[in-house]
Amino acid sequence: MLIGLLVLLACQLLGELIGRALALPVPSPVLGMLLLLIALIFYGKVPDGVRQASEGILSYLALLFVPAGVGLMVHYPLIAADWWVIAIALVVSTGITLAVTAWVLNKLHQGGANHE
Amino acid sequence: MNELQDIWVYLSASPLLSLLVTLAAFILSSWINKRAGGTPFLHPVIVAIAFVISFLLLADIEYQDYFEGAQFIHFLLGPATVALAVPLFDHLERVRQMLVPLLVACVTGIVTAALSTIGLVLLLGGSRETLLSLTPKSVTSPIAMGIAEKIGGYASLTAGLVLITGAIGCVLAPWIFQRLRIQDQSIQGFTMGLAAHGFGTAYCFSSIGAMAGAFAGLAMGLTGMLSAFILPLLVKILGI
Repeated sequence: MLIGLLVLLACQLLGELIGRALALPVPSPVLGMLLLLIALIFYGKVPDGVRQASEGILSYLALLFVPAGVGLMVHYPLIAADWWVIAIALVVSTGITLAVTAWVLNKLHQGGANHE
Repeated sequence: MNELQDIWVYLSASPLLSLLVTLAAFILSSWINKRAGGTPFLHPVIVAIAFVISFLLLADIEYQDYFEGAQFIHFLLGPATVALAVPLFDHLERVRQMLVPLLVACVTGIVTAALSTIGLVLLLGGSRETLLSLTPKSVTSPIAMGIAEKIGGYASLTAGLVLITGAIGCVLAPWIFQRLRIQDQSIQGFTMGLAAHGFGTAYCFSSIGAMAGAFAGLAMGLTGMLSAFILPLLVKILGI
């Protein structure tokens, strides 16, 4: 478990270093995810410690968004002025995005061999 | 009484109170959500945020002071993003089979999300700050904040709007999948990860399955990476 956590943090740190060195616009955790994925592909399987740490932290993923979300309270004036524009744009655009993405992927995938 | 006040001054400045309030609010809102039959209308994250904001307003604590302590929870988003490599690896074979359709769907989804947001806000007459803070709404929050800063929105407003988008996605997605008759876990997961980032991913792991979660995580990472390049370009082309 501890070794798994160490691996996750090390990948994030490496991602940070690479991202800064190459001035990439991609955040370091995403680069870290790519690095870990490449490492796992080379290693051929997921070590027990890494699996434990990953599944442990992912099962609490939702909790981790709370501190950033509380930041909404800082923007009360802007939200109050434009709230209905924001509400309509969020709901309608999210609906359209879900429908278009699902539809496109479904169409493209139906050409593939193993359809469930 | 004076002693109590001293303790309060100490507590409201230490990370202990922020951590305790965040955890308690989340446990309570998860419990409420379970009681309500797991409805996404009472998404535990949104309810927990409402609880914490109410508490901070009542106790007269500034957001910055709260975040001093809560940043320890916030920090874990980094390693959690890295951890997504594990479910991805587990379903690598399936990802390989679908690679080209996934990439095409991803770019289509990103452009659809951005254009529909920009079009709606312009049509409804929202302010420029609102427009630019809303544009990256489907992108996972750490990346969305970076994009918002780059194109001229408010990063912290974007972070909040991203979360609300995520919750809305979890409400709408099951209904849309039913309408379009989409049952394939990999398609459901990828779509939710694209439109509803981490929320969609968390929802997939808890309510659909590990395969959907893996594809949602992939979509979230891919959307984040591609959006970081596509969105600033799109805003420039449209001349906003």
